[in-house]
This record gives sequence, C-alpha cells and structure tokens, in this order.
Amino acid sequence: MTGLYADHRAAIAANDYPALTARRENAIHRFEELGFPTTNLEAWKNTDLRESFAKEYAVVLKPKQDVDVQKVFRCNIPHLDTAIMGQLNGWYVSKDVPLMELGNGIIMGSLAEAMKKYPALIGVHLGLYADTNGDAFTALNTAFSQDGVFIYVPDNVKSPKPVQIINVIHNDENLFLQSRNLIVLGKNSRLSLVHCDDSYNHQPSFSNVVTEIHLGEHASLDHYKLQSLNNESTLISSVYFRMEASAKLESHYISLNGGLLRNNIRIRFNGPHGDAKIYGIYLMDRKQHIDNQVFVDHAYPDCTSGELFKGILDEHSSGVFNGHVLVERNAVRTNAYQSNKNILLTETAKVNSKPFLEIYNDDVKCSHGSTTGQLDQDAMYYLRQRGIGEDSARMLLMYAYADEVISKIAIDPLRYRIEDMVKKRLQGELQICEACVLHCNTPEQPVEFVIDMTKI
Amino acid sequence: MLLSIKNLHASINGKEILKGIDLDINQGEVHAIMGPNGTGKSTLASVIAGREVFDVTEGEILYKNKNLLRLAVEERAREGIFLGFQYPVEIPGVSITNFMRTAVNELRKYKGLDPLSGGAFLKLMEEKKKLVELTSNLANRSVNEGFSGGEKKKNEIFQMAMLEPTLAILDETDSGLDIDALRVVANGVNKLRTKENAFLVITHYQRLLDYIIPDFVHVLFEGKIVKSGTKELALELEEKGYDWIRKEQQDNGKAE
Repeated sequence: MTGLYADHRAAIAANDYPALTARRENAIHRFEELGFPTTNLEAWKNTDLRESFAKEYAVVLKPKQDVDVQKVFRCNIPHLDTAIMGQLNGWYVSKDVPLMELGNGIIMGSLAEAMKKYPALIGVHLGLYADTNGDAFTALNTAFSQDGVFIYVPDNVKSPKPVQIINVIHNDENLFLQSRNLIVLGKNSRLSLVHCDDSYNHQPSFSNVVTEIHLGEHASLDHYKLQSLNNESTLISSVYFRMEASAKLESHYISLNGGLLRNNIRIRFNGPHGDAKIYGIYLMDRKQHIDNQVFVDHAYPDCTSGELFKGILDEHSSGVFNGHVLVERNAVRTNAYQSNKNILLTETAKVNSKPFLEIYNDDVKCSHGSTTGQLDQDAMYYLRQRGIGEDSARMLLMYAYADEVISKIAIDPLRYRIEDMVKKRLQGELQICEACVLHCNTPEQPVEFVIDMTKI
Repeated sequence: MLLSIKNLHASINGKEILKGIDLDINQGEVHAIMGPNGTGKSTLASVIAGREVFDVTEGEILYKNKNLLRLAVEERAREGIFLGFQYPVEIPGVSITNFMRTAVNELRKYKGLDPLSGGAFLKLMEEKKKLVELTSNLANRSVNEGFSGGEKKKNEIFQMAMLEPTLAILDETDSGLDIDALRVVANGVNKLRTKENAFLVITHYQRLLDYIIPDFVHVLFEGKIVKSGTKELALELEEKGYDWIRKEQQDNGKAE
C-alpha cells in the first residue's frame, strides 16, 4: 500500500489544504510501522482478516460516475422522508450539485468539495478525532481517503428532517475503498442521521471507512448505522465521536448481513454532562463474522454512557463484542453500563464477548454484563403448550429478543422497515439488496410473516 | 373416556417421580389432585402436557383413545390439552395480543379453519376478558412480564378461555392468590365448565375446592394415587392433615 501511495501521492492530495497533505505523509509512515493487524494483536485476536486479504482488490483513485444515480439511490422505506446523500464505491455522487448549502446554514455534500470551499471549517475538525497514530486502518484511511460525506449543522439549528447517507458498492471488479466522512454539529444543534452500507451485487469488496463526528455543546445526534452487505464483503467501519459538554448521542448499529463486519465505535466525552447510548443488533449466519469494538472515554465528570448489544448467531457465524469503558481520575459521578447478550442457534456458531471497565476514581456507578446462551427453553415450552409450533415459537422469541434494541429506533418509518427486515432476516429471506433492502428497486413486496408483530 | 392413565411411571435425570399412576377422566368431570409437596403433582401435569425433560419409563396415557405419549407438546395442545402453569413464564418482548393471536390461529389452522381477522380476534379477546373478569389492560404488555402473582394466574385463565381446551390441567393455580383473586380464577373455571370438557385441578389446599366443586378427589403421595373419593375427601384431608395419609401409608407398609 505504501508503494501505491508513493506512486500516486499527487493525485491523492489534489484537493488538500497544506496541513492535510502533511497529515497524509505522517499517516502513511505510521501505517508502514503498524502494518495490517493480525490476530497477534489483542484488539484483533478474534477477528482474522486473512481470508479477506486472500482476495485481490483494485484501488480506484478516481471516481467512476457512469451509473444512473436515480436508479441506484432510491430509498424504498415507505414514508421515510430524508435528505439523501449518495456514495458510490466510496465517492460522493450527486445528481445536481456536489455541495449543498441550505437556507438554514446546513451544509451537506462531498467532503472533497468542502475541503476546497471551506478549508478553515474542515481544518479544525478533520483528522483531529480519529486515531491515526494507534489504529492501522485509520492511518491508512487518513493517507488515502479523498472523498466522502460532509455534513455541517450550524449552532442552534435543528435539521428539519433526517439525513440519510446511502453508501453503495457496485462494481464489476473487486474494490478496496477508503472513504472519509466528517459530520460537525454546532452548539445546541440537532440531527438525525441514517447511514446505510449496502452492496449491489455479489462482487467481493473491502471497505475501510472512517467517520469523524463532532458534537458541540448541547448538540444532539440520533445516529443509525445500517449494514447489509453481501457475503463476500469486508467492512472496517471506524466512527469517532467527540462529545462536548452536555452533548447527547444515541447510536444504533443494525448489522443484518456482511461477510466480515468490524465496527470500531469510539466515544470521547470532552466536557461534563454528556450522554451517549449505543445500541447494537446483529443477525449473522453462514460464515459471517461481526466484531463490535466499543470504547468510551469518560474524561470529564457527570457523563453517562450505556451500551446494549444483542446478537443472534446461526450456522457457522461468529461474533465478537469488546466493550471498554475508561473512567479517568477526574471523571467523578460517571454512570456507565455495558451489556452484551448473544443467542447461539447452533453448536458451530460462536461468540467472544468481553465487556471491560477501567476505572480510576471511586465515585462512579458502573455495571457490565454478558450472557451467551440458547433460546429460553422454559419460554419455548410455554409457547408450545399453547399450541404454537416449534418454528413459530422460536421466531417469536428471537424477534422479541431483537425487539429490545429495535424498539429504541425513534424514526417510526425506519423502525417499521427494520422490523420487517429483521423478520425477513430471521426467516432467512433477506440476503443482499436484490432481496429488497433499503434502496432496492424491485417493486415493494408485501411482507409476509406468519406472526403479526404489529400492535393491533 | 377422555383421558385414561395406566400404570404411569416417569422420571427425571434417572430419578423416578411417578411410580404407577392410574387415573380415568370423563368429559364433563372435574377431578382434583391433592397431596403434600414433592409427591409428583406437578410432574403428572407436565407429563400429560408433554414436557420433554421427563422420561416416561412405563405405562400409557390414552387421550381421546389416542396414544398421547407419541404427540409433541404443541400437538397435544392443539388436541385440546391446556396446562395452567404453577409458575407462568415471563416472555419479554412478546405481547399477549401477538402471543394469543398466534396460538389461536395455529389452533384454527390445525382444525382447517381460516385465521381470524384482526377485528374478529380483538372482539374475541374482549369477550374472554370479560368472562374471566380481567380488567387491567394486558393486551400490549409482554407476556407475564412484571405481572403480580394474581395477574399471572388470571392471565392463565384468560388464555384457557381463549383456547377452549377439552382437558384443562390447573397446576396449583391457587398458590399465592388472595381470596379475591382466587374467587375470580374459580369463577372463570366455573363459567368454562361444560359437558364436553374436563378439568384436572391440582392443589395443595382444600380452599380452592370451596369454589371449584370437584366430582372426584385423589390423593397423590410419593408418586402414587393412594386414595380417591368425592369432595368429602378434601374436607377430611383439610381436617386431618397430610400426616394422616403419611401415617396410613406407613401402617400399610408395616402390614405388608
């Protein structure tokens, strides 16, 4: 990769402001030192990338824009009214302008364009939250990334509708792509952000995506990460949240499909009274692998963090949960909990769960827990005794189990759609997007489900 | 004959709990099974319902002249066997409405009927709620989650009303109930009694039988039915206590 960087240095840095180019140079050196992670590293002990790297990938340094944007980016969630931003193979695509400035001051569009137009605004955020020094993939992304999504919500502005990033991989050859997103919420602003990762065909791909999100004082972000990629894809998604005083975050990680999914979720409280809730649901089967790494840095007093991750693992799938809460010396009155629950449906499915607290003061309220098991046999018996067949009973229990996380989705049309997708997923109908995922362009199929889950 | 149990032996983890039960139940009858704790009352209920953790090592159960032991739990339920649980299971995330709608429609499917529409189902629910004097709005709550002891037992009777079983087994439905809840539960049972169905009421105390008048009372002791009689037997038990049975059994043992 370093050779590739050296050969194309000028093209990669074409839109840079000077400090950024310098950062790229440092990052590529750092990557050279770190190398791609192996299972010898504690943080990668249970996620083996060898199979992903056994495939050949092409690195594309220029966007290919010959697709029908309208066709690829159509959101089929009924009644979900969002401002849609499209990314194709890591590049921002637009049907009209690459960067929009709305009347209320919100800026959204291509990060590459924004770097040219607003270097000062970008310069005080980009690269400052991501761990380029310690994380090899982040270093690599910092060196190579040229484009992605940029969203800026000014102070005191509340985005009137959710913003949706649809990141689609659609290519005829295997791609190695690295996009970079920057989202900046000003003081006392509010945003709902739906971030979808989808693939469009069965072509293998490797995505290394870094997203930096800054929440100003009293800012509030409702964040949804939806992952439905094909079984040949590898996704390393690193999201770095920086939360100023009294900022509020709710983040939902919904992983429905993908060959190997790794979510690095890193949150730093950079002022007191912050509140972060991270929810995750993952449904894996075949040889799929999901790895959620959550790190919360309580650097200031009076912050609250909560993590609830639930998984259902079928067939030969495997899962990893690594939750690390660091409570620093001065972070008194910290409130933190972590919970990871897993259901293994087969003897070959496996999970490694490690919730971990590191606490340096004694005025805290922290808890953590992890359970792994099969479906509750008493509940199965109870349902079957009422005449409900084994399959339906199992489905009811799995759905109910997932619903604890899904019910937290605050955008109603999105929640209904996710409920449907999870039902389909549990029935094994949903594989990749042809089978009707978020942006599919097959006509809307009525969702058939033997158990009517809607509250009547 | 609706249910005929012959020389039933059952064990769990190699430990024999039921040691030769004989019991016949006809349609229209209410049978009470009494006995001290740990003598196998709940095991008998579970074995009839088909809980897989118990092994039937000897004997047979005929139900509607069919070999019941060959049927899975849900098949027995669809054939009309209902078990009111001593400890109803909490199922977070499954609403009572969905639970019952699924159960009712699976039962209808088994009988070759079309599923009930949403409206018809709601109407049925309201009707049965009234029947069992269920006033609280449980419909959108998760099954048994956070229910009081009384609510859980009322919910069992409500489910029984919804599913209209042919043979209902109530396993210590009276335990942990105050007198008002007991009356509600008993009224529910009495309203559901018909010439076609039958009840097997398992209880530790005679109290419940003041409200649900049994046709027959059986005393289960150390895995066997050691005494059978009419409702007067329950009163005698209440008066003399289970020590009476224990002593009688010991004396019989000596005599042999």
